[in-house]
Amino acid sequence: MTPVLETRALCKSFGALTVADTIDFHLGAGARHALIGPNGAGKTTFVNMLTGRIPPSSGSIMLGGADITAASQSERVKRGLGRTFQINTLFRNLTVVDNVALSVAERTDVGGGLFGVASKQKAVVAESMDLLGSLGLADDARATVIGLPYGKQRLVEIAIALGLKPKVLLLDEPAAGVPSLESHRILEVIAALPSDIAVLIIEHDMDLVFRFAKRITVLAQGAVLMEGTPAEIRTDLRVRQVYLGEDHV
Amino acid sequence: MTIAARLLSRLAPHAGGYIADARIRPIEYLPWVVAIIIYVAAPEYLPLGSYILILMLFALSLDLILGYGGIITLGHTAYFGIGAYSAGILAKFVTAEPFTGLVVAAVCAGVFGLITGAVILRTTGLTLLMLTLAITSICYEVANKANDWTGGADGLSGITMNPVFGQFRFDMFGNTAYLYSLVFLILGWWIVRRIVYSPFGASLAGIRENPVRMHAIGAPVYGRLVVVYTISAMIAGVAGALLTHTTQFVGLKVLGFELSGDLVVMLILGGVGRLYGAIVGPLIYLVAQDLLAKQYPEYWYFWIGALLVVIVLFARGGLLGIVDALRARFEKARGR
Amino acid sequence: MEALLGQLVSVAFHGTAYGMILYVISVGLSVTMGLMGFANLAHGVFAMAGGYVMLSMMNAYGLPFPLALAIAFVAVALGSIVLERLLYARLYAAGELAQVLFTIGLILMSIAVARLIYGTLQQPVNLPDYMKGQFHLLGRDFPAYRVIVILFSLTLVMLLWFGVERTRWGAMLRAAVDNRAMAQSIGINTSKLFTLTFALGSGLAAIGGGMGAELIAIQPTYPFEHLVFFLIVVAIGGMGTLRGPFVAALLIGVTDTACKYWLPQFGAFFIYAATIAILLWRPAGLFGKAA
Repeated sequence: MTPVLETRALCKSFGALTVADTIDFHLGAGARHALIGPNGAGKTTFVNMLTGRIPPSSGSIMLGGADITAASQSERVKRGLGRTFQINTLFRNLTVVDNVALSVAERTDVGGGLFGVASKQKAVVAESMDLLGSLGLADDARATVIGLPYGKQRLVEIAIALGLKPKVLLLDEPAAGVPSLESHRILEVIAALPSDIAVLIIEHDMDLVFRFAKRITVLAQGAVLMEGTPAEIRTDLRVRQVYLGEDHV
Repeated sequence: MTIAARLLSRLAPHAGGYIADARIRPIEYLPWVVAIIIYVAAPEYLPLGSYILILMLFALSLDLILGYGGIITLGHTAYFGIGAYSAGILAKFVTAEPFTGLVVAAVCAGVFGLITGAVILRTTGLTLLMLTLAITSICYEVANKANDWTGGADGLSGITMNPVFGQFRFDMFGNTAYLYSLVFLILGWWIVRRIVYSPFGASLAGIRENPVRMHAIGAPVYGRLVVVYTISAMIAGVAGALLTHTTQFVGLKVLGFELSGDLVVMLILGGVGRLYGAIVGPLIYLVAQDLLAKQYPEYWYFWIGALLVVIVLFARGGLLGIVDALRARFEKARGR
Repeated sequence: MEALLGQLVSVAFHGTAYGMILYVISVGLSVTMGLMGFANLAHGVFAMAGGYVMLSMMNAYGLPFPLALAIAFVAVALGSIVLERLLYARLYAAGELAQVLFTIGLILMSIAVARLIYGTLQQPVNLPDYMKGQFHLLGRDFPAYRVIVILFSLTLVMLLWFGVERTRWGAMLRAAVDNRAMAQSIGINTSKLFTLTFALGSGLAAIGGGMGAELIAIQPTYPFEHLVFFLIVVAIGGMGTLRGPFVAALLIGVTDTACKYWLPQFGAFFIYAATIAILLWRPAGLFGKAA
């Protein structure tokens, strides 16, 4: 089966510093894949290359069989690549439903309409409300994002990405900073993601990773250390050494 | 209390978006009713009144890019000035028909807005601010030196406009000028309002709130900004042409920093990104200036400066922002 | 040929003197923008204040030029600490628009105050005798005042660069410009660092305003009139660097002098056009970190 997202020998260096070293990576349809690695392993750089925020030094990126290495950010989105951000990147002074509707509107190509009234785009509004409902945010739809508790803001972060109906979804530390009491909501949402979306989750929280991922890729010093099932990763000595630290061995 | 709350709820800011009710609220006709009443009741104020109406249109154009699009500029007079000069030059050398003048001014300012916008909107923040200043400075230098066309520092005089529709002459009492300005202000208000409530307007708010996320959801951020910048430049150009037509003169100050600064202050005073801040701000600012600045010119800018500092520190939303805060408190009180 | 050479030397010399003043005034602006991300359009107010304080000291109290300049530095630096703690510090986290409006407000107030105290005319500068003569070098005459301006500015620049490269304050400053969160996490008191740096930048602007009073006349609209040039120096040089604005200030000083000399009918047109071109080519300035 051809992967939906694939990188071939992806490299990135800043001067003498190599932050991504010949990364070969595959993500199959409907995958539940996690990318882990200690701080400075190159996870963020890798994600930024995938989404087109920074260009790779060499190598290529394929999305749905097409080469997107040189494609713009918005072209990648149109081809089905959605992402969330590690640090909340929301429209803070807009309502929750507007946050989602903006992304739904871009996907359905009505977002640039100069003529006509936004609130008469019934399809956009209805889809946004449905999406919020499925995430348990229906009651907050009319609230301003800035007034929401942090855990709910994290859900809005995911909702905006889902509004794009992505084929591939990159979740960048979705539970980062969420108090453990609220984090189960985020876990539930991630667990309930439509099965046809290929999900790549970048996460520090091992608990979450082992519960969610079917496959795990470990990055260390910009290179793939190993890839395997959670069981394989859990028992691998090298992973324990670089990732969990000596004291866990 | 409920009456006050209901009244205040009608003054909710016009933020646009996908759940905003875009229908025109009855209170939104108030400014135009007041404008008509002034026309009838206070004919001696019509010359000042037309200037205020023109500045309202100019402030609306600024609100569109600054309040809704989040583009910080101190150089919006470039487009106002180009509109004013193109209308003046056209009237003096080609045709003095007013509507032709407005169209030509809109096109000139729009084309200049498109070209400069395409160039400067690739940058952000302070660099963008700098570039807006530099562009306006260049326009000022050019207008100052191109004596044959612009009259240089003496200004462009000797313009005699044809009557509107061949009927209504621009008289010295400002009757025609006032109504002429009012009609185009209302037209401009209607256009800006439509844009604010359109999907495009919603996406502008998105760009203002978070350009990074707008990129990440695949929106053509740069293209949208160029479009809104061009529209805003056209409206500013029409405002400039209205000034030329109603005063039959173009002075170098239409391109000056003072006007740019005053305009920003007016909009901030009224409230940014609220649509009616551009109506309230120029009205209060210019009336106050008319009453106070001539008597106490040395104090005027001190208090304007102090006002800016106070607004920034304590009332970020300007006068209408204070109304919003009151409304929020009433609604909260009522909700409990 | 000899005449052209004479003109070239003269333009380069006058331009350098002007550029030096521009640098001494603007360097503080570059650092505060790079360090605190604060769009302080009111920076020229400190230069103007320095000019007024120095000239008052000289004209009203008969103090000698160097002492008056030192007093201007101290007075403005202290005044700026008060402003920074009371007002600026509240707006570090605010958006650019708020900072821009706030500093425009300060400019307007300062113009009104200056007009109230000193009137609208430019202040007379009574240079001491040793600054009035000519300085002979290689068979040419150079006005002593400008020679002193260049030499003194160079000394200041060296002191400043040395301070930033070699002192503890400089190390903290560089760390904080590079990565504020990191600097805080290793225990640097950034708020104190901001205040000190802001005061130093304002003090330098005061020196620039005072020392350059003969080149850039001290009058109430000073902070507005020269704002664009200060901003251009910072924008072209790049924020948060010391060398960038130095090169930019000299470029602008010489270019502006050359334009005024050979193409007076174009005014500042070329400066603005060049600024636009350079910023399009390198939006972060010639020496700025790419965003």
